[in-house]
Amino acid sequence: MENRTDKNSYTIIFAIGMVIVVGALLAYLASTLKPKITENQRLEKQQNILYAMGINENDETSAVFISTDKAPEAFDTNVTDQIVITVDANGKVVKTQSRDEYYEETKQEPYLIDVKKQQASVKAGGNRKLPLFVGKTPEGKTVYVAPIYGKGLWDAIWGYVAMDEDMIVRGAYFDHKGETPGLGANIKQRYFMDDFYGEHLLTKNGAFKGITVAKGNADPKNNDKTDNEVDAIAGATITGDGVTAMIKKDLKLYLPYFNSLKGK
Amino acid sequence: MAKDSRLILDPLTDNNPITIQVLGICSALAITAELEASIVMSISVLFVMGVGNVVISLMRNIIPSKIRIIAQLIVVATLVIIVDLVLKAFAYELSKTLSVFVGLIITNCIIMGRFEAFALGNGPYRSFLDGIGNALGYGIILIIVGFFRELLGSGTLLGIPVLGDPIEKTGLYALGYENNGFMLLSPMALIVVGIIIWVQRTRNKALIED
Repeated sequence: MENRTDKNSYTIIFAIGMVIVVGALLAYLASTLKPKITENQRLEKQQNILYAMGINENDETSAVFISTDKAPEAFDTNVTDQIVITVDANGKVVKTQSRDEYYEETKQEPYLIDVKKQQASVKAGGNRKLPLFVGKTPEGKTVYVAPIYGKGLWDAIWGYVAMDEDMIVRGAYFDHKGETPGLGANIKQRYFMDDFYGEHLLTKNGAFKGITVAKGNADPKNNDKTDNEVDAIAGATITGDGVTAMIKKDLKLYLPYFNSLKGK
Repeated sequence: MAKDSRLILDPLTDNNPITIQVLGICSALAITAELEASIVMSISVLFVMGVGNVVISLMRNIIPSKIRIIAQLIVVATLVIIVDLVLKAFAYELSKTLSVFVGLIITNCIIMGRFEAFALGNGPYRSFLDGIGNALGYGIILIIVGFFRELLGSGTLLGIPVLGDPIEKTGLYALGYENNGFMLLSPMALIVVGIIIWVQRTRNKALIED
């Protein structure tokens, strides 16, 4: 007996119908929820930057952000300026703007600059805008927070690194889109991020060296802060290499700005 | 009804999706380095499988058999994306924890396997029970593997150190014990699953195939 669902015509109509129904449903949901999702992402960026500056609600072992309802106010009080440095494809500084100058020009908050798009723009031969957030840690020290972006094993990884005038790390936050849970995903764990605290990005001569996520550096407690190395996570070599690469590539571009700070 | 309860109980033991049917191995390898990830994945699969089996069961008489696999894939992908979007809008923190698992759920062969083998031929209520049972059977193995891999690989459980501090050399580590870094790598998940299969078949000879 031939079933009516075995007919070619039925199959085609069913396929078209299903695609339309599912497509419409997902498109509707995505567009209605989009404002809420964008708002969540905006707050998350503020939380990330504040986290790197040391403004968070960490307990003894886990990383806890400042709560979303407090984040906008804390962001306004603690981030004193958002500098935008524009560099050309060779890393040469074209211009440096303060938050107000940048907002005047683009009507956009510097912390919403998409690092990924800026990296793509440089690849296409254009300029790159480097945001740098100036703020005070809870101890009252001035720090400069820079966003970084790169790739891990499966997907994107990114982070925010807080540095003082000598490019010594004063806080770091890393996150990832789809690293392996239990292995690469642990870059957002306290024991990894806290290792960066106090690490030097420069050599003794002031040249940029970055920080390497190193295997077998014989310093698991990370007592030596000037070796430009932190201890890697077992089983997460490629994710660790990704962290190293994005630190070296992205933070290097900020070196001229930090050198100009010393000149003042 | 006695038969309905078997739909839930069988997959937990003698018809376990991982150890007997050998489905869902890929995700069992990928995310069991930590107990917490295993639990999160188990709960996610429990939800998707329960709802997905009911949806497929309700649609079983209108899905053309020629394109049934694609139709099943669309149902599971749609479900997962809807959950992902809703969580992103209303429970952002939770959604970040789960986002890693989204891809793994859509491609989980247990889900496709149960749609194909059970939901297409049974009513919604029984399909729901079957989905829950198989998800639990899957979850149990995941949690067992996660438990041993995290304990032996990192010396922690749910992120809490239970064997002492490997760097300060306290607890067990003072006696010369070392974490086995190999436990953190995927091949060890396969070996742990293999040991579970071995134990299970030794206890129940009826499971041994010739």
